Amino acid sequence: MRRGIEGKVAIVGVAESDRIGRVPDVPAILLHAQAARTALAEAGLKREDVDGLFTAGVSTLELGEYLGIEPVYTDGTAVGGSSFVIHIAHAALAIMNGWCEVALITHGESGRSRVGMPARATAPDSLASQFEVPYGIPQPVGAYAMACTRHMAEYGTTHEQLAEIAVSTRKWATLNPKAMMRDPITVEDVLNARPITYPFTLLDCCLVTDAGGAVVLTSTERARDCRQTPVAVLGVGESHDHSLISQMPSMTSFAAKTSGRRAFEMAGVRHDELDLAMIYDSFTYTVLLTLEELGFCAKGEGGEFVSGGRTAPGGPFPMNTNGGGLSYNHPGMYGIFAIIEAVRQLRHDYADQGIRQVKDAKLAVVHGTGGVLSSAGTAILARA
Amino acid sequence: MSGTSAPQKPLPVADPVTKPFWDSVKRQAMELQRCNACGKFIFYPRGICPHCLSDDLAWQPAQGTGEVHAFTIVHRHPNPAFAGEVPYVVALIELTEGVRMLSNLVGVAADPAEVKVGMPVEVVYEAMTDEVTLPKFRPVGSRQ
Repeated sequence: MRRGIEGKVAIVGVAESDRIGRVPDVPAILLHAQAARTALAEAGLKREDVDGLFTAGVSTLELGEYLGIEPVYTDGTAVGGSSFVIHIAHAALAIMNGWCEVALITHGESGRSRVGMPARATAPDSLASQFEVPYGIPQPVGAYAMACTRHMAEYGTTHEQLAEIAVSTRKWATLNPKAMMRDPITVEDVLNARPITYPFTLLDCCLVTDAGGAVVLTSTERARDCRQTPVAVLGVGESHDHSLISQMPSMTSFAAKTSGRRAFEMAGVRHDELDLAMIYDSFTYTVLLTLEELGFCAKGEGGEFVSGGRTAPGGPFPMNTNGGGLSYNHPGMYGIFAIIEAVRQLRHDYADQGIRQVKDAKLAVVHGTGGVLSSAGTAILARA
Repeated sequence: MSGTSAPQKPLPVADPVTKPFWDSVKRQAMELQRCNACGKFIFYPRGICPHCLSDDLAWQPAQGTGEVHAFTIVHRHPNPAFAGEVPYVVALIELTEGVRMLSNLVGVAADPAEVKVGMPVEVVYEAMTDEVTLPKFRPVGSRQ
């Protein structure tokens, strides 16, 4: 039996980089650093307070050097876009056990401008290069699209249902000045957009942007001295079950089933108690499958669950209220931005912005998916 | 002829564990590994069975048949060698032996009205160079 976090750890600061979207004059590592500086300032903490360092995409060695941080706890868990949600779990564990006091999680990716990014090449005798690359599957989009056709065949899921996710998410983006795409779209717009890889069109796919993000955690006790309303971590879960899409054990189920179950069990909350869901949306289908896997609806009913604008502003299931990876920002590994938005909603940062603020938001689920439906991290967060 | 060369598709480079597979494909007689300890087929080739961790593995001729487990039709690819051939079908094939293999579906229009999940397929061998052959699949009964 895992010992729970019991709300003993809280998020006390969150931030994006100084600018997000198209930022061709800022290398990736500086995107990390800008977000880190702002998140610490928001929390009322100093760089010297940070003793736990967490990131993915670059080594914590490089991050620590750039920021002048010498951590006593270092964690470079890198399993794709879910990594930062998993870092919350690892940071909570470390803080609860006194292995560090203030944890800094950062992300920075020049996904669009490719400034200061590592080379993308894979070795020609890697397993991916031998068993997937020669067949011309564009990654990662082709993997998600292929998994989607299996769901369509097994459960009758339609492109119209997938499009509902893009349309509702765009409605949230119209309310977010930081969102890259803010013009409303319709289901027909999604269906008729440029085909990318069947069944996805351009509007089923996330953006490619430049952005950094940061999250600061400490004990709930120490959080009382911080500047912001603390947001408590109630439950966490993580898992992964493949790296290559051709090795995915089931094309219609993934590690979110495990990470979600464990996070909900630890938090001791029911699905119908949640006020907000931040669900990683690399592609429309990622969301539909994740909702099923997390248990918000029965297997195969994801399409129906998202239909009729249920996840849009004013709908009964507020989801991806920042406009998501589909319309707000997606530099490559989006997970940290889902955390940032959940925290802002739970702090009621948008209280003066009408329907953008999820009314009386107290409890949120944040879910990150990484690789090609490979990894999953789930966290349940609460207004403390 | 000299000057601009045509864009090249990336080709697999075998490692010591996978080499028997690629050699069998080049001979147009695809083989798969089977674990002598637990009896299960394995793909991709491994040095240790992912089901029981035994290293008592043997190569067996594959039947060369299966069905489309899932597919996608590619309309865009960053590599010009692939982009020049869109649209084409990438499919996850479930072989009769029970293992799954990524490949291309040929001999059928790259059209969701023609390609179906569950469609029975058989292997065809496409020589990419003198050295490298890829296993591809076509619908059973297709003439291509």
